[in-house]
Amino acid sequence: MDRFVWASGLLEINETLVIQQRGVRLYDGDEKTKFDLGTVVLSTHRLLWREQKKHDCCIALLLSQIIFFEEQAAGIGKSAKIVVHLQPIPPNKEAGPYQSSKYSYIKLSFKEHGQIEFYRRLSEELSQKRWERISVSQPMQSPGRSQAGRVRAAGIVGIERKLEEKRKETDKNITEAFEDLSKLMKKAKEMVDLSKLIANKIKDKQGDISEDETIRFKSYLLSMGIANPVTRETHGSGTHYHMQLAKQLSGILQAPVEEQGGMMALTEVYCLTNRARGMELLSPEDLVNACKMFEALNLPMRLRIFDSGVMVVQLQSHNEDEMIASAVETVSERGFISSEEYAKLVGISVLLAKERLLLAEKVGHLCRDDSVESLRFYPNLFLTQD
Amino acid sequence: MSFEWPWQYNFPPFYSLQPNANTQHKQLAAWCSLVLSYLRHHKLYTIDVLEAQESPLFHNKKIQRKFPIEAIQVVLEELRKKGNLEWIDKSKTRCLIMWRRPEEWGKLVYQWVSKNAMTNSVFTFYELSNGDDTEGEEFHGLEEWLLLRALQFLQSERKAEIITLSDSKGVKFF
Repeated sequence: MDRFVWASGLLEINETLVIQQRGVRLYDGDEKTKFDLGTVVLSTHRLLWREQKKHDCCIALLLSQIIFFEEQAAGIGKSAKIVVHLQPIPPNKEAGPYQSSKYSYIKLSFKEHGQIEFYRRLSEELSQKRWERISVSQPMQSPGRSQAGRVRAAGIVGIERKLEEKRKETDKNITEAFEDLSKLMKKAKEMVDLSKLIANKIKDKQGDISEDETIRFKSYLLSMGIANPVTRETHGSGTHYHMQLAKQLSGILQAPVEEQGGMMALTEVYCLTNRARGMELLSPEDLVNACKMFEALNLPMRLRIFDSGVMVVQLQSHNEDEMIASAVETVSERGFISSEEYAKLVGISVLLAKERLLLAEKVGHLCRDDSVESLRFYPNLFLTQD
Repeated sequence: MSFEWPWQYNFPPFYSLQPNANTQHKQLAAWCSLVLSYLRHHKLYTIDVLEAQESPLFHNKKIQRKFPIEAIQVVLEELRKKGNLEWIDKSKTRCLIMWRRPEEWGKLVYQWVSKNAMTNSVFTFYELSNGDDTEGEEFHGLEEWLLLRALQFLQSERKAEIITLSDSKGVKFF
């Protein structure tokens, strides 16, 4: 605790607030101090502690004095703590609350939690070491300063200047963070243009390339990305967005759903479209809302919800009765069938196979045999025989 | 003569209570008629539900299917509604099965009595159910409680009167 100096609690120019947390008590080593309820403040340069009630009681510690720090988990009746190990006391340190201490570490006890976030931010600051790059207008390191923590600029101009600095800092951080993302997006655009080019070339040379290859290539395109994904940026959010999304979805889903026999579980649709989009992923809600609009927009697909709650996207051309009749025929041929066997036979997912068999049971064409082995379906002889 | 099982007995779905209403209706009807004919064939008049679970009636070892106890209860309830079953105890573990209702038994007894021109005669219950004269009749071997009900029915039709003899019960026919 003897590394702390008295402070005014005000931040220097170029010193930025990172995070603050109420309800923190300070320990000198393992001993409680009289600083038992306050707000701990982390800035780019310092670690401050300010008494909750008496705001003018404030102490500070330079981040450069921190060697390392660690978490101490909460226990019964004990709050979680962060233990901060400090460098030896510098020779020309200013006045502080403790003249000397036998400990070279302090503890911050988080009585109102917040330790996880604080720990994270402290790690960030200590790894970035921004205090080395950004010099504050009133350097605290230089010896011979008469009073601790006096800000150079006072008055409204000073406040304005501080705000301006803070804004610039935030701006810079955001720009840095998104630089990588925009680089990635540029690359993606290049890839998309390339694939469009190749696709067109294929279309022109239709005769030279076999259908098989074309199909394969088209599936690569689908899995690589769509040229212009409908995003909230381009089309906003809300109904308009969902409408556009619905149109795009019905376009790309036509072929895969047909392949699967006219019906595909919504979870599969979700995976397929998000894989195709690559970026600008859809949330499950957006997908469901868009699918709900198929009917209203006269698109050739429907969102259908079974009794069991399972949701599927179904082609409008899908004929339910035909499906049931073919299922019943299959069962009659084989005597009986289970969902798994039927799924394998027809080439659809087990979930959809079960739904189809349940539907046939619902209309009375099949009956069930529920035993310890499995659930099987038989032709409904109860109704046909006798 | 061995009992002839109906086709449903060897149909595995027969042993799963069907969720489809129409199908279940048919299924239960088949079970009711099977229970009654099975008991009739073996001249049984009571069912102990727990024992019944293991009997060939509800457990087909050949196809390895067992009718679950909840479903058995449903079938028994159906029989009760139709008037073929009466619970002996409140906890529904044992019941009386009347694969022929008392009225039907009454008619059969009275038919035999009139055919043999024995109206105005007095019989003991035992004579009716176990006497040499009634051997070959369907009501031969009828359990006393059921015979009593049959005769009570006839009594309500004024075709008989139950009388108490010195050490047993008897009946006079009109």
